[in-house]
Amino acid sequence: MAIQTPERPKTALKEPTKRSRWTRTGARPRPTNAFELYSWYFFRVSGILLLVFALTHLVVMHLINNVEVINYDFVRQRWASPLWRTFDLLLLFLALTHGMNGVRTLIYDYVQSKGWRVFNISVLYIVGIFFLLIGAQVIITFNPNLPSLPAK
Amino acid sequence: MQVTLKILRFDPEKDKKAHFKSYEIEADPLDRILDALNTVKWYKDGTLTFRRSCAHGVCGSDAMRINGRNRLACKELVGDIGKKITIEPMLGFRILKDLVVDMEPFFEKYRSIKPYLINYEDPPATERFQSAEDREIFDETTKCILCGACSGSCPPFWSNSEFIGPAAIVNAHRFIFDSRDQGSDERIAVLSQSEGVFRCRTVYNCTDACPREIPVTKAIEQIKRVMLYNR
Ligand code: FES
Repeated sequence: MAIQTPERPKTALKEPTKRSRWTRTGARPRPTNAFELYSWYFFRVSGILLLVFALTHLVVMHLINNVEVINYDFVRQRWASPLWRTFDLLLLFLALTHGMNGVRTLIYDYVQSKGWRVFNISVLYIVGIFFLLIGAQVIITFNPNLPSLPAK
Repeated sequence: MQVTLKILRFDPEKDKKAHFKSYEIEADPLDRILDALNTVKWYKDGTLTFRRSCAHGVCGSDAMRINGRNRLACKELVGDIGKKITIEPMLGFRILKDLVVDMEPFFEKYRSIKPYLINYEDPPATERFQSAEDREIFDETTKCILCGACSGSCPPFWSNSEFIGPAAIVNAHRFIFDSRDQGSDERIAVLSQSEGVFRCRTVYNCTDACPREIPVTKAIEQIKRVMLYNR
């Protein structure tokens, strides 16, 4: 007598619907994804640099000086020196790209659907690059030779 | 001692959602969690379902979440865990019944890294020689028993069902760093895909979870470095 196979339960047991990317079909592996490698490496390097830059920024702007003394004149004097301009430009670039890279990985972790991923990544890049550009524009084109604002 | 086992139960024929059920049992502090589960199954509720085979931490069948951490039930002592013990199936896997999870996606990812020796030269008359120093390099990662505790403890693995997971990476490490193996490039090509090794966030949960004390996170970082240095 043939063995009866019990019928499969119809509830909750959900089979995975699509064949996943890890199923090997004998095809050659896709080429090495250099972007992920370099973004990982950039994360490490920018993290170490940010430690120096952000801490220096903190010490100079919030410990040595503080928000009470920081005003237009302070910024004007500071940005008269190309050194500080370069410093601020680098800090802006590192902080923004490091943060964007972090948000990108978060999106990859939590957003599975292709369409939403593309949407989220696009928003991230547009907003990030926009801030990078206006920040850089302010730092680069600021004219320290303008007169001080009249005291109120 | 009197202990309370709070176990996540799920019967696919009856339940829509998994739910906790508590069992009061008498256990010796030197009993293992597996013994406590057996006490429940044999004397309290025969429907409780879990995997176990060797009962000695070798086969890797009974990895589960014990008080929030992935452990082998056969390696943890009741006395070390305490009077209140919460047992759940591992996260990141589909529950089949009670503590039994579907390991197939896990093994599919494992197979994708080609977990076997690849060597295109003709086999020598005797063995392929390897010095003790060369063997030492990948010694840790040979210890994997494929219980899945590391992958099931990994937050990126929980949220991203496509992520290849630490267990597959550990087993790739075992061959990539083997001086007799010639398949490193093929494995690295698999691991460098977008859902490969770079979805690792260095959370270190895998290192904590591994019942064989494999430094999983370190192995993963070594692979990332090899990718960088070999470019
Ligand atoms: S039963 Fe084999 S590892 Fe626990």
